[in-house]
Amino acid sequence: MSVRTQQRPKVSSDEPDVVKVGRTIAAGARLRPIAMSLLAIAIVIVVWELYKVVGPEDGGEYFGMRLLPRADDVSMPHIWSIFERYWQPDVDVAGGSTVAVAVLQGMAFSLGVAGLGWLIGVVVGLGLAILMQRFRTAESGLLPYVVLSQTVPLVALAPLVVGWGGQLKFFGRPWEPWMSVAMISAYLAFFPVAVGVLRGLQSPAATQVELMRAYAASWWKTLVRLRLPASVPYLLPSLRLAAAAAIIGAIVAEISTGTKGGIGRLIIDYAQAATGDPPKPYTAILGAAVLGLVASALVGFIELALRRYRPVEARG
Amino acid sequence: MTTAATADRAATAAPAVSVRQVSKTFSGRKGQAVTALQDVDLEVAPGEFVSLIGPSGCGKSTLLRVIANLLEPTAGSVEVFGKAADQARRDQDYGIAFQQAGLLPWRTVSANIELPLELHGVGKAKRRARALELLEMVGLADFADHRPDQLSGGMQQRVAIARSLAESPQLLLMDEPFGALDEMTREYMQVELVRICRETGAAVVFVTHSIPESVYLSDRVVVMSPRPGRITEVIDIGLGDRTESLREADTFFTRVTEVREALRGPHAAAQALGVEAR
Ligand SMILES: Nc1ncnc2c1ncn2[C@@H]1O[C@H](COP(=O)(O)OP(=O)(O)OP(=O)(O)O)[C@@H](O)[C@H]1O
Ligand SMILES: [Mg+2]
Repeated sequence: MSVRTQQRPKVSSDEPDVVKVGRTIAAGARLRPIAMSLLAIAIVIVVWELYKVVGPEDGGEYFGMRLLPRADDVSMPHIWSIFERYWQPDVDVAGGSTVAVAVLQGMAFSLGVAGLGWLIGVVVGLGLAILMQRFRTAESGLLPYVVLSQTVPLVALAPLVVGWGGQLKFFGRPWEPWMSVAMISAYLAFFPVAVGVLRGLQSPAATQVELMRAYAASWWKTLVRLRLPASVPYLLPSLRLAAAAAIIGAIVAEISTGTKGGIGRLIIDYAQAATGDPPKPYTAILGAAVLGLVASALVGFIELALRRYRPVEARG
Repeated sequence: MTTAATADRAATAAPAVSVRQVSKTFSGRKGQAVTALQDVDLEVAPGEFVSLIGPSGCGKSTLLRVIANLLEPTAGSVEVFGKAADQARRDQDYGIAFQQAGLLPWRTVSANIELPLELHGVGKAKRRARALELLEMVGLADFADHRPDQLSGGMQQRVAIARSLAESPQLLLMDEPFGALDEMTREYMQVELVRICRETGAAVVFVTHSIPESVYLSDRVVVMSPRPGRITEVIDIGLGDRTESLREADTFFTRVTEVREALRGPHAAAQALGVEAR
């Protein structure tokens, strides 16, 4: 017995300092994306204002073509005048609520619709990925269509969906335009999830798959214990891509179907006021951009919840 | 495990492994077939330790996978404890360890060892107790709640071996489990494996590339040759108790030479015999 203890290779359970230092660095690394986004925004503002100083007032025309945009206050209002505009009343709306309120309401509406689309897209994408992993024939049969689905131009698709939706009843209630917008959102969102998760489900090493077979684990148990956890590192970027796609899908679908209430419609409405009220269109465009950031942040919470499954460097 | 006990059990029970006339052909992408195994016969008694040794690509892993029912043989039959191989797999009659540890990185070390127990409905407390017991055995008791990526390659491999023992199988199938270990850890693990087999009475089919390792561990060494993969020789070792001094004993080196010559093939063996006769 004593011989055995002596031979046992010496290993200490004390957490090495390297690990602790590593954790501190990791905490710092989590703040870095926020700092980088702030820096990116600052650069845009600086470049915008700088161009207003040095750029030609009525645009640069060379070789008979306009190559540089106009730098006058109608085409490029000052950043501060855009922000000022938020606190002034939206003249189109009775009751005199400010532009900020209108933009926020539009953002909330679009976020809700895009969120629903995203959820449907994620569920459909996951389902398709699992189906394609389970049956190889499903993979070879479905994957081309999954890829093909994304080459159909969105603008062509939107009126079709509205047309089909108009003939549908949804649990006894009429099909509403926003449901069409959510469908188009879902249509764009499912793709990155289906493709990403399929790769993730196929990612476990041969040894791990053989091990599950040696344990006589059913397909379902292998999915739950091995394939799904292994696909999390592939799922997270897919969710982010899907969120961006859902937002873009919702905004474009709102515009091309003429759905009222969302930020997409607001962009069009405000653009028509551009000549008399130059900063106004930018308030809506900015709102749409912030919406993308909000969606990305929400996905960030999911990543935080699933951090246990983060990829780790394989060693040994 | 004494020889008498082994013989006793062998007489009463079905063999741990019985491979009869097994062939395995892989059909390649472009239609050309690879004969990985041809007409292989192998019987392993309960409690017996058998090593498979041979040049790379001679079908050692394939034979092990056929026994484990991870591959279907093209021809022939495989029985484990008198049952068809797929039945034995479903009954969890064997534990298995591969050259790659294959730990799940999102589970703790303990949860990795608990995985087979969890899959077969063993209660939480019981699972945990068994995992701790096994970790104690492989010298990693302090690492139960670490993540696999916090362990060295050798430590991961020891976790994989502990996992293969989780359900106290009477048959262990091991494919170069010590391949990634350094020499010191390797010898330590050999001693441990011999002790575990003595305590549990488990039979072992052990794939290795190391001649001294096969001689030190085994009751019998099975020598294989490639293209097509077949068994060319079976060498009885019969060295008795595995002590540390055995590694330096003359009988040990005689067996090592015997296995080495068997690996070189019949031609070389005849030459060597000729030299000896002179
Ligand atoms: N899944 C497979 N498909 C096709 N051919 C295979 C497959 N698995 C093994 N082979 C072939 O079968 C032969 C035996 O392979 P095997 O892995 O059993 O060899 P091995 O003795 O374990 O070699 P090593 O010592 O290098 O591990 C090889 O020629 C290999 O190319
Ligand atoms: Mg092999």
